[in-house]
Amino acid sequence: MILARVIGTVVATRKVKAFEGLKLMIVQPLDENIQPSGEPLVATDTQQSGPGQIVFYVASREASLPLPDPFNPSDATITGIVDSVDVQEG
Amino acid sequence: MFIGKVIGTVVSTLKHEIYNGRKLLLVKKLDPTFKPLKDSLIAIDTIQAGVGDIVLINDEGNSARQILNEENGCIRSLIVGYIDSVDLAE
Repeated sequence: MILARVIGTVVATRKVKAFEGLKLMIVQPLDENIQPSGEPLVATDTQQSGPGQIVFYVASREASLPLPDPFNPSDATITGIVDSVDVQEG
Repeated sequence: MFIGKVIGTVVSTLKHEIYNGRKLLLVKKLDPTFKPLKDSLIAIDTIQAGVGDIVLINDEGNSARQILNEENGCIRSLIVGYIDSVDLAE
C-alpha cells in the first residue's frame, strides 16, 4: 500500500459499467516525509476521501478486489484514510 | 521480496475492514548493503516488527492473501521476516 494525498476528483460520465457509482480521485503518491514522489494517478475510492486528505491506496490486481463489481479494471484503489504517520527513523 | 527498514507507523481509523487489527508499518526499501533506496511503502506486520528493524517484505498480493488467509483481501505488502544479516559475495 502506498501513501498518497488526494489532490482532486475525476468526473467521467462515459466509462466502463464496473466503475458506475464509484468515485474517481486524483492522488499524488507521497514519500515517508509526506513529500510528492512520482506522478499523480487516478484511483477508485472506497473510503469517501476528499481532496487534501492523506490516504493510502493498494495497486495492481488487489485494487479490483474491494470494489462492488469484482470484475473491474481498477489498478489503484484508495483503501484507507490516514490519521497520522509517525516516522521515527530516517 | 526485498529488504526494507521499518521507519515508522501509520494510524488509520477509516479503512477497509481487512486492515482491522493489523499493524500498518511504514517501510523504506534498502539495497543489499542496507543503503536506503528512494521508495517507501506501507506493509502489514506479521512478525511484530518494530521501528528500526531490517525486515523482509513481500510485495505481491497473491501470496499476501494466502499468508493472511484472506481470499479477497485488498492487501499487497507484508512484512514476512526479520533479517539478521546479509552476506554479500564480493
